[in-house]
Amino acid sequence: MTIQAEPGKGRRRSPLTSIAISTFKTTGTILATMLGLLFVTFIIGRVMPIDPVISIVGERASKETYEAAYQAMGLDKPIIIQFFYYIWDILHGDFGQSLLNARPVAEDIRRVFPATLELATLGTFIGVLIGVPLGVLAAVRRGSWIDQIARFVALIGYSMPIFWLGLVGLLIFYGILGWVGGPGRVGIFYVDVVPSVTGMILVDSLLDGNWTVFKDAMSHIILPASLLGYYSLAYISRMTRSFMLEQMNAEYITTARVKGLSEWTVIWRHAFGNIKVQLITVIALSYAGLLEGSVLTEIIFAWPGIGSYITTALLSADMNAVLGGTVVVGLVFVCLNVFSDLLYKFFDPRAK
Amino acid sequence: MKKLQKLTAGLMFCVAATTFAIPAPQALAETPPDMLVIANRIDDITTLDPAESFEFAGSDVIRNVYGRLVNFDPLNLEKGYEPDLAESWTVSEDGKTITFTMREGVKFHSGNPVTAEDVEFSLRRAVILAKTPSFILTQFGFTPENVNETIVADGNTIRITTDKKYATSFVLNCLTATIGGIVDKKLVMEHEKDNDLGNEWLKTNSAGSGAYKVVSWKPSESVTLQANEDFYLGAPAMKRVIVRHIQESATQRLLLEKGDIDIARNLNPEDIAGISGKEGIAVDSELRGRLMYVSLNQNHPVLSKPKVVEAIKYLIDYTGMQDSFLKGQYTVHQSFLPKTYLGAIEDKPYSFNLEKAKALLKEAGVENLEIEAGVREAQERVEIAQSLQNTFAQAGIKLNITIGTGKQTLTRYRARDLDVYVGAWGPDYPDPQTNAGTFAYNPDNSEEAKATGLLAWRNAWDPGDLTAKTEAAVIEGDRDVRKKMYEDIQREFQARAPFAIMFQKIEQTGRKSNVKNLNLGGAITAVAYWPVTK
Amino acid sequence: MSLLNTPQGNQPRWRSWLLTDTPTSRNHARVASLYQGWLSFRGNSMAMFGLIILVLLVLIAIFAPLLAPHDPFVQDLANRLKPLATDGHILGTDSLGRDILSRLIYGARITLYIVILVALIAPVAGLFVGTVAGYVGGWVDTILMRITDIFLAFPRLVLALAFVAALGAGIENAVIAISLTAWPPYARIARAETLTIRNSDYISAVKLQGAGPFRIITRHIWPLCISSLIVRVTLDMAGIILAAAGLGFLGLGAQPPSPEWGAMISEGRKFILDYWWVATLPGLAIFLVSLAFNLLGDGLRDVLDPKDDGS
Repeated sequence: MTIQAEPGKGRRRSPLTSIAISTFKTTGTILATMLGLLFVTFIIGRVMPIDPVISIVGERASKETYEAAYQAMGLDKPIIIQFFYYIWDILHGDFGQSLLNARPVAEDIRRVFPATLELATLGTFIGVLIGVPLGVLAAVRRGSWIDQIARFVALIGYSMPIFWLGLVGLLIFYGILGWVGGPGRVGIFYVDVVPSVTGMILVDSLLDGNWTVFKDAMSHIILPASLLGYYSLAYISRMTRSFMLEQMNAEYITTARVKGLSEWTVIWRHAFGNIKVQLITVIALSYAGLLEGSVLTEIIFAWPGIGSYITTALLSADMNAVLGGTVVVGLVFVCLNVFSDLLYKFFDPRAK
Repeated sequence: MKKLQKLTAGLMFCVAATTFAIPAPQALAETPPDMLVIANRIDDITTLDPAESFEFAGSDVIRNVYGRLVNFDPLNLEKGYEPDLAESWTVSEDGKTITFTMREGVKFHSGNPVTAEDVEFSLRRAVILAKTPSFILTQFGFTPENVNETIVADGNTIRITTDKKYATSFVLNCLTATIGGIVDKKLVMEHEKDNDLGNEWLKTNSAGSGAYKVVSWKPSESVTLQANEDFYLGAPAMKRVIVRHIQESATQRLLLEKGDIDIARNLNPEDIAGISGKEGIAVDSELRGRLMYVSLNQNHPVLSKPKVVEAIKYLIDYTGMQDSFLKGQYTVHQSFLPKTYLGAIEDKPYSFNLEKAKALLKEAGVENLEIEAGVREAQERVEIAQSLQNTFAQAGIKLNITIGTGKQTLTRYRARDLDVYVGAWGPDYPDPQTNAGTFAYNPDNSEEAKATGLLAWRNAWDPGDLTAKTEAAVIEGDRDVRKKMYEDIQREFQARAPFAIMFQKIEQTGRKSNVKNLNLGGAITAVAYWPVTK
Repeated sequence: MSLLNTPQGNQPRWRSWLLTDTPTSRNHARVASLYQGWLSFRGNSMAMFGLIILVLLVLIAIFAPLLAPHDPFVQDLANRLKPLATDGHILGTDSLGRDILSRLIYGARITLYIVILVALIAPVAGLFVGTVAGYVGGWVDTILMRITDIFLAFPRLVLALAFVAALGAGIENAVIAISLTAWPPYARIARAETLTIRNSDYISAVKLQGAGPFRIITRHIWPLCISSLIVRVTLDMAGIILAAAGLGFLGLGAQPPSPEWGAMISEGRKFILDYWWVATLPGLAIFLVSLAFNLLGDGLRDVLDPKDDGS
């Protein structure tokens, strides 16, 4: 899944020019993708059979109140004009106001995105920390019981409905065992205790040096993060395994072994060293997936993240909020993609 | 090889250890003694401005933040409205003008005194802003043009003049509604922007004189209130009230059982049964004003036949539902005024009667009827719809259910686009007119009238002489005569309206048993936190 | 592929015909390679397990009316939320007193319906876009790939939700919405494959014979892309079932009283603390079928697309 066009054909250019050209191309690609993304979202919002005016004025509004709100929202203008107005505002850094709660969408996103970022980062962390060694081990000991277990663990991860697992997890670890904190980001007594700097409570509490809040936040995030981590683990371990197998069968590995290098060096230095870049791409993709916000997990864990933000907004036709959220998520996705592409180009000799 | 395995195993152990063995902070067995923590669904809040707010959760906040001229005592709702910011009032000879005398010495949270001028400002503001709930005031003839004459402060008094003579109780009942909240004129006008009378600012801030002030409102996340130590009825015992948005009943129950919250407001019957009898937890049941009904679109060629309308009222398993999945949370009620309202009747002429329904359908010559019902995604409504589907099918009516979000379903309902609507209606203010004026009143049934606020219009139903009777009941001054009028309207409505009113809501609340004096507002108002003790 | 080396002397003639190293015709070669694939597949016990479950699913779906002990739609409010092993209701009843086992059995039909429809729509759309982009190249490629990127950059569930919200809730719309989010990866795979095939001698030879682009794409490029697509689709199937269940969970998938498994979990989750089986049984059913697809996909990958996972 690369965003880039084909690697440049034709005669060689000086490195500087080619960097300039590729930067230009990349920027163009990002812009085009973002614009398309916005347009599609915008159209979806407009064809949706939900009356956004009702979201604001409520179901009992009089005709006059309704008309006034309709005009104030600019809904009487043609769609294309509305779209241009919207793009114009975004270019000025204004995502507009949420139709629902009359707050600036940018402010809302600043509130909900860090929550998702925190969860996704920890989830990916868990996924990588367990998934990579598991994948390597499975490849090295191909066909052994550990390979079978790894495969099974991964397949279960792929196959389990997350909302069900989430509910059961909550019931067991919070309800019965009491090992973890309940739904929400932090216990009720710790709400707004530490000053919000990054919006991520784990980071903020560390910055503030407040260990009690950090521990409490950790006990709340750990269950949903483990769930997401499990899914990313399933994916990462499978991919690691398959990359490693490719390398293990390669000639240079045999050569290295013949040369008498220790198995440790062969596996980690040589084989693993060669899959690093591919692996980072995979991890970036899985990270991007989690950053979209896992709507279902967020609902079950009362986690005020971007996934449930966009969903709620969508279902009440709060298009400013949906567009704002989609732009942010889309941008993150595209950037991670470009990042892994660049990395690929930079490290992989074949791509040069 | 060994090394690798050891390292991997070690790594995995570490991760597992950090993942699962992080010591949970010493779980507090209960919330702090001066803090009230509530789990509720609050994603319907769109504004905290009393002139604009029109949702359940918003009314809950505003009742605790803004004083009104007259208000209800949460510990004695039966007494009806009582003096609040107004100490007393007199009614003019012609019955059109009410003069309120303000209570002395009450202060806003800002320290500004509450004066007649603030009342004048607040009520005029609500009329001028013309937001959704403004009809509660404008039905008395107030308009942005005439408020300077009709709502007037004079020294320590405030004079309100209506266009006709209305029952005084009707006017005062309306002033107890959310829109009657009195705001701090000075503070609000400091934040005025583009002549919005401070609307933008008040959406997220508070400027009241009530028991609490708003600390923060995070949409779909939480509302935090801080006690007003200078509250004129005495400082509330709960210094901080936190309402947290928790969607799922099961989650609310877990939190309650763990002692992480004091009150859970959205427990379903199964979870209520699950916590009943548990130590330290109590369940309260309070009759609320919300009605659950089924309505039939009269633009539909078959559904508009009176015999079919009647048949459908016999095809509802009222008691079956009440005693199973609605157990304890809804009670059968078949007229449009909720119990405890003036003129409410308890007649229940309909029950599930398949034979009778079949006979009626046969008389109407109806066969193979297939209709679509719109329902919003909410547990009890979906279950009610499915029960209807089941019983309708027994009489040969195929009911297709379309589930949508609240907004989706409502959009179609308001556009007269649904054959059948399964929904709820809650009164806006504690006077019978609130429901009579929407169920039994529809002066212009034409498509062009677009009276989307009227339930009768949404179902394309012309109530005939009920419209005139409803208009007459509003201006009747004699309480007993008025009561009789509403009883008659309801009986006629029951007999021929395309509405089958089914249930009235009973709100069941799970609470820690040490929490005392919590009143949710009954059928007439919203929750009050200031009497609560722990 | 050790099976190929088994002595052929004492085998029935059809087997040796299938296992021949020297096929006599094009069809013979095709059938023989399929049979050999099957033999290797059969050796993979996990994949066989997956296949068996799926075959069972199909059988259950076909014979649902015979297998189900009750009508899945008949309510009995007096007998609601009965536990497992209740008389007459082995798997208990749901909140409206309907037999859970019967609903699960009928739900298999819906799951199968979703799976088949998505499998027909998404990969075909992806294949079409990808091969055209890859073969034609130039600005067509740029535009098609840009569109693909746009759909890829969308939050998936949000896109599906938006479409369902726009088109109205229901199982068909859910399928369309899911397909809409599922096609871009297939387009990318197909394009990548096309790029590697496009300049091969084999295609040049076909071109020289005067074949047009349409014929080349449909007759010569598609068949070569299909095996990797089949593997990918099978592996994605679990995700698709889960996405459909997710939509059902949010009330936007199948409409009541349809016994769609996701919707059943959604209904049952409200009682999960005291009546865990109501949500758990459909969860288990979804899990089993997803697992079966994953196992099958894993096995198919080994057979059809050996380069991917080492074999």
